[in-house]
Amino acid sequence: MNSMQRVLTTLSHKEPDRVPLFLLTAMQGAKELDLSIEDYFSRADYVVEGQMRLLKKYRSDCLYPFFYVSVELEAWGGETIYQMDCPPNAGPPIIHRPEDIDRLQPPRVADAPCLTRILDTIRQLKSRVGDSVPIIAVATSPFSLPVIQMGFDRYIELIYEQPERLARLMQANEEFCVEWSNAQLAAGATAICYFDPVSSCTVIPRELYLKTGQQVAKRTLARINGPTATHLASGRGLPIVDDIAATGSAVMGVSTLEDLAALKTAAQGKLTLLGNLNGVEMRHWSAEQAETEVKRAIAKAGRGGGFILADNHGEIPWQVPDEVLLAIADAVERWGRYPLDWIEQ
Amino acid sequence: MEELIQDFREALESLDQIKATALFQQALRGRSPIEIVEQIVVPALEQIGQHWNDGSIALSQIYMSGRFCEQLVEQVLPPSDPDRKNQPRQAIVVLNDYHMLGKRIVYSVMRASGFELFNYERMDVDELVERVIADELRVLLISVLMMPSALKIRDLRNALDARGVQLKILVGGAPFQFDPQLWREVGADAMGLSAADAVAIVQHWAGEMA
Repeated sequence: MNSMQRVLTTLSHKEPDRVPLFLLTAMQGAKELDLSIEDYFSRADYVVEGQMRLLKKYRSDCLYPFFYVSVELEAWGGETIYQMDCPPNAGPPIIHRPEDIDRLQPPRVADAPCLTRILDTIRQLKSRVGDSVPIIAVATSPFSLPVIQMGFDRYIELIYEQPERLARLMQANEEFCVEWSNAQLAAGATAICYFDPVSSCTVIPRELYLKTGQQVAKRTLARINGPTATHLASGRGLPIVDDIAATGSAVMGVSTLEDLAALKTAAQGKLTLLGNLNGVEMRHWSAEQAETEVKRAIAKAGRGGGFILADNHGEIPWQVPDEVLLAIADAVERWGRYPLDWIEQ
Repeated sequence: MEELIQDFREALESLDQIKATALFQQALRGRSPIEIVEQIVVPALEQIGQHWNDGSIALSQIYMSGRFCEQLVEQVLPPSDPDRKNQPRQAIVVLNDYHMLGKRIVYSVMRASGFELFNYERMDVDELVERVIADELRVLLISVLMMPSALKIRDLRNALDARGVQLKILVGGAPFQFDPQLWREVGADAMGLSAADAVAIVQHWAGEMA
């Protein structure tokens, strides 16, 4: 099986030849090309070359043309702050007062060079791999984008205290998210990873999610012209597995803070799980620990398909050593081959 | 008393401000404001912190309840009140990134628990070192959301050591939940998983420093 066949098989809740691995390395291409992170993301051909080298090196089952979250804030007129050894960070919010929402207009993708650079990256990657490797593009959910648009604290206040302005903000954000997602799919992306940490049970209670984030997701995902994976970016999601499945998403990115076996039981036949290696701890793992963690995850969620091994946040930290990532890839090759007979009943 | 604490905590968690206010007013009968804070507010916030730690309540509930609780306490225990705990000299800051939610939660809960502290908003390492020295701090609370920001705390500690500054650093935020050893790695003196943890740790340090 090639990577695409492997992933499609597990998405249909059947067992492929082995557990698919999504090593979600974004910045690491800069190391491969010996460039600063800022320089690396300044040109599509750099990212294409970086992604192709990472694909070969780590034997991951996807390409990940994700630059950094703040790229969407840039499109809305915000700033990105670059640092030497971490993902580019979002600068100050662009919504200074709730009243600013009343005049907010979504940017057009074609008018944002930071976004067209990603589209160019996807097109080039697609021409390199065709349909053999899934290209996983990223869009921040309309419900989670306000964390960087206006600040986390003021956004929580808006959710509870100003429902009409929240609706106005969601309207603008949904238009942007749909256009951005569909542009990436049209450029050659296989699926959209819909990052939605604010919908997680870590950030809001389920009752509030059903009235807010889930409604936004239902409206937005219905207008995206391709498959979607909802990622809670380390947030807890066990109590809302069925609710996420009801949004039309095919995949759920799950947290290391929750039991993967319990998540698998809850998601069985409804959602493919993506996760849940601990990226923060991964910085200090030995090769043996990496193997143990991979075995643990596969033992809990691998049987029957419906599982893709990945980190639990959607981005491998810059500080994770090469040896650990290679050990993860080796361990998947060794322990991820179906049938998983080594797992005790 | 236990029933009152539980009712108050439930009212805060469900964001029922009318009920929380009524219970607070009821508790005020026959008790001084600082007694209410220590006997009812702090225990209720501790329970909310435990519920956060076990994943049974969400960040938004913690934030909104902490903010409301701070307002309640502010009415009866203004910043100038002599019963306010303004020692050790302390401040709270967001280091490196722009995510203020965690800091605002801890700031509210600290103030709802009777403490006064400087609110530095967001700073980079160099700026923070100068403020720590200028304000003669003994305790610094640092909130971070992003893992790279957590790693900047090591730079801060190194810069403070180079200037000979003795300072207790208490850290909190998402990266510390995912790696229980991270706070030691970055040179902090303690880590809190919840805002209530921060209150308990600072109270302990205050006792040591007295």
